[in-house]
Amino acid sequence: MRNSKFSKSACLAALIGLGFLAISFSIQADDFSEADLKRWNQEFMSVVMAGEKLFHSADLGTNKVSCDQCHPNAANTHPETYPKFQQQIGRVITLSEMVNWCIRNPLEGEPLLLDDPKMVALLSYITYERRSVPLAPGKH
Amino acid sequence: MNRRAFLKATGTGLMASAFPISLVKLAFGGQDPSRDFTFGYISDAHIQQIKGTQFVRNWDMGLIRAVREANLLTPRPDFFMFGGDLAQLGKKEELDHGLEIMSNLRGKVRYVIGEHDYYLDLGKYWQDKISPLYYSFDHKGVHFVVLNSILTYHKWTYETWPSPMDRMLAMARLDNPQGSPFMVGDQQIAWLKKDLAKINQNTPVVVFSHSPIQKIFKPWNFWTQDAEKVQALLKPFEKATVIYGHVHQIQYNQIGNITFQAVMATAWPWPYPETYSQSASCLPKITVPMNRADPFFERDATGWQFVDMNSGKTAMHYQLPDNPNRTVIFDAATGKPKDVKYQDYIRRIPPQTHF
Repeated sequence: MRNSKFSKSACLAALIGLGFLAISFSIQADDFSEADLKRWNQEFMSVVMAGEKLFHSADLGTNKVSCDQCHPNAANTHPETYPKFQQQIGRVITLSEMVNWCIRNPLEGEPLLLDDPKMVALLSYITYERRSVPLAPGKH
Repeated sequence: MNRRAFLKATGTGLMASAFPISLVKLAFGGQDPSRDFTFGYISDAHIQQIKGTQFVRNWDMGLIRAVREANLLTPRPDFFMFGGDLAQLGKKEELDHGLEIMSNLRGKVRYVIGEHDYYLDLGKYWQDKISPLYYSFDHKGVHFVVLNSILTYHKWTYETWPSPMDRMLAMARLDNPQGSPFMVGDQQIAWLKKDLAKINQNTPVVVFSHSPIQKIFKPWNFWTQDAEKVQALLKPFEKATVIYGHVHQIQYNQIGNITFQAVMATAWPWPYPETYSQSASCLPKITVPMNRADPFFERDATGWQFVDMNSGKTAMHYQLPDNPNRTVIFDAATGKPKDVKYQDYIRRIPPQTHF
């Protein structure tokens, strides 16, 4: 009996607590300031800049070749068209896989894990240089 | 020799495959066939040192292939041009290695300097070992001029960078926002004026430069800042042609009396400027682009072409790997070059759409 009463009141307290939690979460999620926007953009742009450095780096692969030698301003990378059927590979792939193809082949390097911060930075830079272009998955 | 006979002669054996060189034919409209001649054009090899005796295999192979195949040309070209950017970072090791590969080429070679050859030591090793930076010569009735078109502002060159290699790396990066526009410069323009003053205006004049002597896209230096000054000096000539490297792609244009033709690179192709969506470009409207490159085929979007200058007007014949060959003739009716197959928009094919 005691136990049951205790558990009931504990449940009630937990529910009330959850309610407060939900309210406070919703306030935090909806209510962001100009300062937040600025900070988030800075976070994003710092990764874009890291990507720009890597994209122009002689040390991403092993032979001193850098991505920008063939892709100035990341042009001709077509991030808006991925995922797409990459006819030379024979299946639908993401842009990350194509980035790794370039690292392996022209750069003669080791492919990156898909969640490697370097991969995230490269994708951020490539996509940023293509900003405002409409998505066109599958396009050739 | 007429064009048909020439094609027949060059279309045999290994020439049937596509070569990353440009063979140029100068013909004189049948007026005096004994004066017809050809010359080959190899450009933008970008030989790049990894360390010691190791160099980037991909770029080596492009130049090696061009030289080997140029050696099979029949009839033999009278001479060859190298269009600049023999090295990637202007190092002696890179220039020496490039020259070693070029030394296998049978025939006289003349050189145009590119920015990748220049900005480490400002052309010192180039002038000691390879060539003057600008000069002219005459060959079978044609006046040829080689320009050093990759100079830039004095301050950028001499007062901006902590070391010569910093300067070289800054100029080697095509999309560098801290870059600086190419120019021929007043000193060389004064020399050119004097050089052309003694040439009869009926004489065909062919100018070789590394950068386009026209303004296409400044952010990547598909651009010469004082292009108009050079164009003005070519204006009096009935037959003027500018052949340039640097852009690693098919481009052609007509400005007044001057026909412009780009040559392919042996190293790698570059995107057309319009594919960079954040900046406007002025690719010549009459250029029908080359097919988009297939990265899985290392030598794709390299190629070779020869120029037929019947009556002093250029017709460019592009031989392209894995692609249908292209022919761009001079259309007397419009006074502009046109692709005989693809010039009309409705006749273009999907790979020619760059985006």
